Amino acid sequence: MKLFKYLLITFFVINYNSLNAQDIKLENKITKNLRCLICQGQSIYDSDSEFANSLKLVVKKKLESGDSEEQIYDFLQQKYGEWILYDPKFNKNTYFLWLLPILMFIIGGAIIFKLFIIKKNN
Amino acid sequence: MKTKIYPIFLIFVFSIIFFLFYKGLKNSNIYTPNFKSQINIPKFQAKDFENNKTINSEDIFLDDKFYLLNIWASWCVPCREEHKFLMNLHKEKLIDIIGLNYKDNHLKAKKFLDDLKSPYKIILKDLDGTIAIEWGAYGVPETFLIYNKKIVKKIIGPLNENSILEIKEIIK
Amino acid sequence: MPTPKEGLGLNPILQDPALAIHPPVLSLGYVGSSIIFSSALAGVTLNYISKDWAKHIKSWVFISWIFLTLGILLGSIWAYYELGWGGFWFWDPVENVSLMPWLSLTTLLHCILVLEKRNILNSWAIILSITTFALSMCGTFLVRSGILNSVHTFANDPERGLFILIFLFILIFLSFFVFFFFHKNENKTLINLNWVSKETAILINNWFMMYFLIVVLIGTVYPIFLEVITSEKISVGPPFFHKLIIPFLIPFLIFMAIGPQLKWIKSNLKNKLYLILFLIISFILTVLIVKNLSINFFTNTILLTAAFFLFFITVRDFFKKKFSNLSQNISHFGFSLLILSILFNNIFSSEIITNLKIGETFVSDKFKISFNDIKQKDEQNYKAIIGKFEVIDSKGSNLIMSPELRIYNQPNIVTSEADIKTNLLTDKFMTMNLVQNQDYFNIRYQIKPFMAWIWISVILICFGGLISLFKKKYEN
Repeated sequence: MKLFKYLLITFFVINYNSLNAQDIKLENKITKNLRCLICQGQSIYDSDSEFANSLKLVVKKKLESGDSEEQIYDFLQQKYGEWILYDPKFNKNTYFLWLLPILMFIIGGAIIFKLFIIKKNN
Repeated sequence: MKTKIYPIFLIFVFSIIFFLFYKGLKNSNIYTPNFKSQINIPKFQAKDFENNKTINSEDIFLDDKFYLLNIWASWCVPCREEHKFLMNLHKEKLIDIIGLNYKDNHLKAKKFLDDLKSPYKIILKDLDGTIAIEWGAYGVPETFLIYNKKIVKKIIGPLNENSILEIKEIIK
Repeated sequence: MPTPKEGLGLNPILQDPALAIHPPVLSLGYVGSSIIFSSALAGVTLNYISKDWAKHIKSWVFISWIFLTLGILLGSIWAYYELGWGGFWFWDPVENVSLMPWLSLTTLLHCILVLEKRNILNSWAIILSITTFALSMCGTFLVRSGILNSVHTFANDPERGLFILIFLFILIFLSFFVFFFFHKNENKTLINLNWVSKETAILINNWFMMYFLIVVLIGTVYPIFLEVITSEKISVGPPFFHKLIIPFLIPFLIFMAIGPQLKWIKSNLKNKLYLILFLIISFILTVLIVKNLSINFFTNTILLTAAFFLFFITVRDFFKKKFSNLSQNISHFGFSLLILSILFNNIFSSEIITNLKIGETFVSDKFKISFNDIKQKDEQNYKAIIGKFEVIDSKGSNLIMSPELRIYNQPNIVTSEADIKTNLLTDKFMTMNLVQNQDYFNIRYQIKPFMAWIWISVILICFGGLISLFKKKYEN
């Protein structure tokens, strides 16, 4: 039993660094996805304004208290609106945004395909 | 007839696009979020400016009373300009004003209040700016009108005569 | 705030020598597309769009394309050195606006080759010529009218925007008129394409390029339209573009490797076993590199495999086929190098963010950063605060970095100038920022491998285009 406990502790200590690295990576991923609202076109990750620095702290605290990425986005969306999120959500406002390019790709493919079909019929 | 459809369709689509761009030009670039009125105020804890004791937000904002939360800092130039409006409100004893000192140096903030006098019933400290974000604020100065633990009005930027008139209208 | 007597002064970000280079070069690219546009429309009225027209316009397409590519590269390099965040592409609306004509022009470039060789895709070439120029004009509209929120908007004026908008749409409707009235499409029955042929490969290229173009276009203008229709404001940023482009980039890279191996009209699949061999080699190499890293394994593996595949195939082509079609070889090789550099840069970059007072040292298991000193310097229109930092890495080699803070007097802005130490292998990037009301500074130190290769690969792409200008006939 003692051996097991020691092994467990060793496992966590070894993995602590990589866990820590994962946290920072997630924090960076989130802050890169947030718009700095008082800057012109910068993300929270890139910006050094007061607002950005405070928001970086908020994200860090929320991650530490166990919030998921989605929960953090929802929280900020409630306070500041969808404008703050760089990754547009998939809702009725953005169906065309996400689907139109795919649709055009399929239409393009169909046009090219038709070129070959015409040839076969000749 | 089929060959006529393409040009007509294209002209139709592009006319709509033109119209949309034209309308888009009129829209302002500065974003003020759609204010869904009556959002609940955040629950938070903050240190008191005077005595450094921790206060709960629930103990400050009681029901059936109007409150004004004003976010300010000694390094913020527009805050100086709006301060006289706050002093006037304080003199007329119309409403309780709670101050949130944002990312400030204690001595400099004290000097600010000594110079311009304090309209605040309580002043809370927000050293890292995270409380302001709980309120959905961008920075300084910003003012919130609160009633029954809900945000009734939000003013971004310094207060002026118009915003004071609006506040007075609502709290009647 | 009253307006100063002598005006506000040039925005400090623009006070840089690159201001004299990037805009003119980029402009030449845009303006070149107007030549193609005019020639195409004139050709339509004279029914001249054929392989002769393609041969004649080809040089102009290449010249315009080279300048546009260089212009975009210069913009990226300038953003990297000047804006202080260590990034080179932000999917910022103004950047997208330069990318769109580039995508259209590259598509046209490939389409012209088919037109010259086989005299097909005439209508499509005309449409692309119109689209490229229309996108340039559209770009001018989007940037100068102030309709978009971007880090590049330095001045905006809605009245000027209206003028450009009207001009743009007059051009578009004029093109419609000319095209539908004059164009006689006789070639419909003559299209005789084989599935396995170079024409098909180029058609597939066009198909994917148009998709990329549409993604960038919709991503850039959608927020404008949504706001007009619903008054809701949303942001469309890097995650959107990455999600929609990267999955399609993988087949695109593979087709880019296979296409040049095919012959015109009809090709066979014999003797093409080496393609599968190289694909396997690329995959194994990728897995060896990626497996020990804690990154998104799946996407990175497939993307890296495809990029390596293109890389190896183009290198093989260089040695096998020597100088036949050197320009295409170099450009495609450059593109594979670009994707590889960006991927490696992404995977192996690291950074340290910390707060330091003068005299303090930051210690981690990989670095020691000492904030040694601070100096003040007075320049003509700004005061500089220059920090002196000593960075010692785990191998013991040390480096002195001197990032700056500049306080300009007119306009009253503080900018942060990064100190960048470049060499072929990595860039070391440091910025220093004031923290409100504190006596420490916020320091950001980044290690960015292969940055130089990103710039070199784009220059290679341009160089390939340049070579083709000197060739008399396409594919001797």
